[in-house]
Amino acid sequence: MTDLIEALVGPVPDARINNLLARRADLMALTEASRKAVLTPAEPGGLSHALRALIAVRASERLGDSRMKDHYYEHFTQCEDFYDLVGLIEPDAVSDDPWLQAILDHADMLTCRPRTATSGDIEKLYAAGVSDADIVRLAELAAFLGYQVRLVAGLRLMEDIR
Amino acid sequence: MTDAVHHYTTEVLDWRPFVRPVKVEELTDEQREALKITPANKKISDYVLTLAHDPESLLHRSPLFNGIMYGKDGLDRGGRELGAIGSSIVNRCIYCIAVHARHFNQVTKTTEIVEEIFAHETAAKLPEREQAIFDFSVKLSAFPPAAIAEDMARLKAVGLDELEILDLIMSTSIFGWANRLMHTLGEPFRPAKEG
Repeated sequence: MTDLIEALVGPVPDARINNLLARRADLMALTEASRKAVLTPAEPGGLSHALRALIAVRASERLGDSRMKDHYYEHFTQCEDFYDLVGLIEPDAVSDDPWLQAILDHADMLTCRPRTATSGDIEKLYAAGVSDADIVRLAELAAFLGYQVRLVAGLRLMEDIR
Repeated sequence: MTDAVHHYTTEVLDWRPFVRPVKVEELTDEQREALKITPANKKISDYVLTLAHDPESLLHRSPLFNGIMYGKDGLDRGGRELGAIGSSIVNRCIYCIAVHARHFNQVTKTTEIVEEIFAHETAAKLPEREQAIFDFSVKLSAFPPAAIAEDMARLKAVGLDELEILDLIMSTSIFGWANRLMHTLGEPFRPAKEG
């Protein structure tokens, strides 16, 4: 269950890191279960699997994590109907659908500057017709990515310092 | 409605959502399972009822959070709480800071470290071990993550072993998650005095 995190850390498996993660195997399994819950949930609501993967690709790019971006791009291209969204893959690309653009803008705020969040951000989502449940789903997705990227970044530093 | 709290405090705060939480009487079985609702829980917080909109995430994140913050062996509780505080300062999650600064003070039986962090935020001057832990957490929490090999070397220099460092990475990172929920979906306020 720790395979994905290990693969995101680096191209060469590191026995020392793998043994360390094995000591937190329960937490790594919950990390993987969480990834599935936010990227490929059984009940996606208004946020399709392809849209979730798109948000993950764009967030990875904003975060400057190319391994993570490659992983999520690969995942994105395996999602049903991904081609409808492929024009938005670059993080500065803009949609002419107000609902979709409001979601992408909010995802950026969650990834890049969560400390600036106010009730006004939620008002903008409401104005664009985003439902309460989709607002929470979007927050969970972007917040999970914020967790995953830092877990991986920290593990890379552990690998480097040997 | 009382005013939202925007300053650092270790007081017990309440939290109200910017979105409409799920109504208790409308909870589905799946949501009830994710909330771990038993007849013994009487009051369910608005925070949990807000997150109930996405029961699949909540189902796994709750045990992940508890395992990272309260797991046995590895990094001591104070170290984990300091990781949580570092992230919460960067993301300015006033509610998270109040809870975890309070926990830190309780487990370490100190107040000076939290007072220094409240006064000087990411520039706080702390004892060597706490400084290494706090600085690592702050830099890993930055956008984009900015911790470097030197920060990791300082953790080793103050005596953290590899499992303890992993626990610090996880306690910091899980607040990269928690802060993005708590600080963006609602706001803290001071509860009305009882009686």
